[in-house]
Amino acid sequence: MTARGYLLYAGMALLIVLTGFVQGWNLALTILNMGLISAIMSLGVNLQWGFAGLFNVGVMGFVALGGLAAVLVSMPPVAEGWNAGGLRLLGALALGAAILVAAVQVWKRKIGGRMRALVMLALLIGGFFLFRASLDPAVNAIEAINPSLSGYLGGLGLPIIIAWPVGGLLAAGAAWIIGKAALGLRSDYLAIATLGIAEIVIAVLKNEDWLSRGVKNVVGLPRPVPYEVDLQRDPGFVEAAAGYGLDPVTASTLWVKILYSGLFAVVLIAILFLAQRALASPWGRMMRAIRDNEVAAAAMGKNVTARHLQVFILGSAVCGIAGAMMTTLDGQLTPGSYQPLRFTFLVWVMVIVGGSGNNYGAVLGGFLIWWLWVMVEPLGLWAMELITSGMSPDSWLRGHLTDSAAQMRLMTMGIILLAVLRFSPKGLMPER
Amino acid sequence: MTDILNAIVALSNFVLIPGAAYGAQLALGALGVTLIYGILRFSNFAHGDTMAFGTMATILVTWGLQSMGVSFGFLPTALIALPVGIAITGLLLLGTDRAVYRFYRKQKAAPVVLVIVSIGVMFVMNGLVRFIIGVGDVNFADGARFVINARQFREMTGLDEGLAIRSTTLITLITAAIAVALLFWFLNKTRTGKSMRAFSDNEDLALLSGINPERVVAVTWLIIAALATTAGVLYGLDKSFKAFTYFQLLLPIFAAAIVGGLGNPLGAIAGGFVIAFSEVLVTYAWKKVLEYLLPENLEPSSLVQLLSTDYKFAVSFAILIIVLLFKPTGLFKGQSV
Repeated sequence: MTARGYLLYAGMALLIVLTGFVQGWNLALTILNMGLISAIMSLGVNLQWGFAGLFNVGVMGFVALGGLAAVLVSMPPVAEGWNAGGLRLLGALALGAAILVAAVQVWKRKIGGRMRALVMLALLIGGFFLFRASLDPAVNAIEAINPSLSGYLGGLGLPIIIAWPVGGLLAAGAAWIIGKAALGLRSDYLAIATLGIAEIVIAVLKNEDWLSRGVKNVVGLPRPVPYEVDLQRDPGFVEAAAGYGLDPVTASTLWVKILYSGLFAVVLIAILFLAQRALASPWGRMMRAIRDNEVAAAAMGKNVTARHLQVFILGSAVCGIAGAMMTTLDGQLTPGSYQPLRFTFLVWVMVIVGGSGNNYGAVLGGFLIWWLWVMVEPLGLWAMELITSGMSPDSWLRGHLTDSAAQMRLMTMGIILLAVLRFSPKGLMPER
Repeated sequence: MTDILNAIVALSNFVLIPGAAYGAQLALGALGVTLIYGILRFSNFAHGDTMAFGTMATILVTWGLQSMGVSFGFLPTALIALPVGIAITGLLLLGTDRAVYRFYRKQKAAPVVLVIVSIGVMFVMNGLVRFIIGVGDVNFADGARFVINARQFREMTGLDEGLAIRSTTLITLITAAIAVALLFWFLNKTRTGKSMRAFSDNEDLALLSGINPERVVAVTWLIIAALATTAGVLYGLDKSFKAFTYFQLLLPIFAAAIVGGLGNPLGAIAGGFVIAFSEVLVTYAWKKVLEYLLPENLEPSSLVQLLSTDYKFAVSFAILIIVLLFKPTGLFKGQSV
């Protein structure tokens, strides 16, 4: 890192500390925790865009898959649900997968063109109805059981930390499928394909109640850190808190957040270390060579499409890990809250502002843009009150302007992105 | 025989007519995307929000007209407001081009840089729309609701099934047809249109023959404004206006443009209808139609809905993937860079 880099990081730390002094440490730690997660997402996108020039606008989908992993790993299994139709459901899913594999195999056979297409089509259409016929009864049976409280299969009941790598694996699997189809074509096509897969992942999470209760949400996920109420009952903790001059309630909320920060920081540092090593390795040089000139790299014998697939999967997996961590922090999976502007395009702003191709830059961008995202609302409201202070208090325009201040966020992010692209296209911390 | 007629009526009522209207709206949107791609050479992610902005401008003018007591008889007032909305959107797009896109055009920046720039523009436009009109649902359709409603149709024909034709559906189809006819007349017959096509086919040759690129670009943005605003207003009249829905239209619109062949206007129209009809066909509950067609002992007990309506994105996506895998240049030959 350069001197400029250290300066920027120090500035960022100062911003968070100032927030702590002005608006309270609880908010500062909340921003820090989400900032850590945003930094990991930003690293994932930087792997794809900064290293390899791949344009992925489906970050939201991979993040949501990570969230799904948190539910599937940590929630206790619902025995009634499994008895009602768990195995039948797994069988139906296996059948669906088998049909797809069979269709692909038929397509790969070198038999006469029209025949092949017809067989594949028949297989897919017949298979779809067979799949639905075996899936639907199982789904209905599972969703009928106590729908207001469970109505799903539950998870494995394992510690939620395990969900983080599992979230990465789920996202990697989805990335493999999408990469197989869209990589090697024009870059815009990958963009649209990822945009689509993200919407589909969210649609699945919203509709497949047997999987994660759909829009009924899964709440009360187990935590990797102690609960506040337990801390407040612990005499040792209360005593220690009194030593710092804090009452037990404040101290416990702060302590829980600090513990989360510690866990997230470990993951961030590990991924950052690996990403830095990858960037400096022959593999990283090859990636940048492919990014800068695909034709030349291909002429040197590099398999461009295979390398793209590799880095696309890696980057998506990092986003999946971040998604699982975020759901762990929230303690709940709410599919309705996944918005592309917030989870895809905001991460892009982070990478571009931070400096694409520079891992430290991506991390800085994650923190800075997240801080802004949170702070724009109070700052916007304050600015609006300043602007409208001359107007009469019951004027229509004044009411409208102060009410709309909450919508300033998106516009601010857009203006920042455009300004950085125009005046400092390499970002705050340029690649070199 | 009446069974078959009933089945046809039910099918038209729930699938063919709504599908055609939706297809026309997508086609107009996809035409905008494909024109930007052909002439400015990038995929414009801000298109959904351009549609939203145009619709918002039209709604504001409509409200103004309504408060002055102006109405358009049985047609929605928004149709009078539409030209004004187009003009406002055109000004915004020309302003955006001057302030943002022109810099990168002069630099000859890579298309992907322009795509990222368009994401910035998307944020700003989305923010602008939310700032001015808010995030809620706005219903601005007035005038007659139905050209013919289900009860009138049943009385007229004596069939069990009713056929309702909403006036917005008819307006959509007619307006879209006029817009497309005007566009093709402009592209094929006028001097400016021809220079646009020449610019799209071969930029260097077009420059050599004395075509002013800035003029071509400005005209293109004005056409985009007209197409996007019209598409947005028609969609809003048919359903309702909500900023977020328009952003989500981006996916089917892009799917339509790619399926048809990016850069090919005829392809965009075909793509729009392909996407719209497949979405409606796959998410329609076929029970009613099958009940009329099949003998009684074969009648389905379930709804016979292939996918729930929330999966309509999956449909446009699946078609997109199939086309990408088997015919990457689209159904009609588009440009491939």
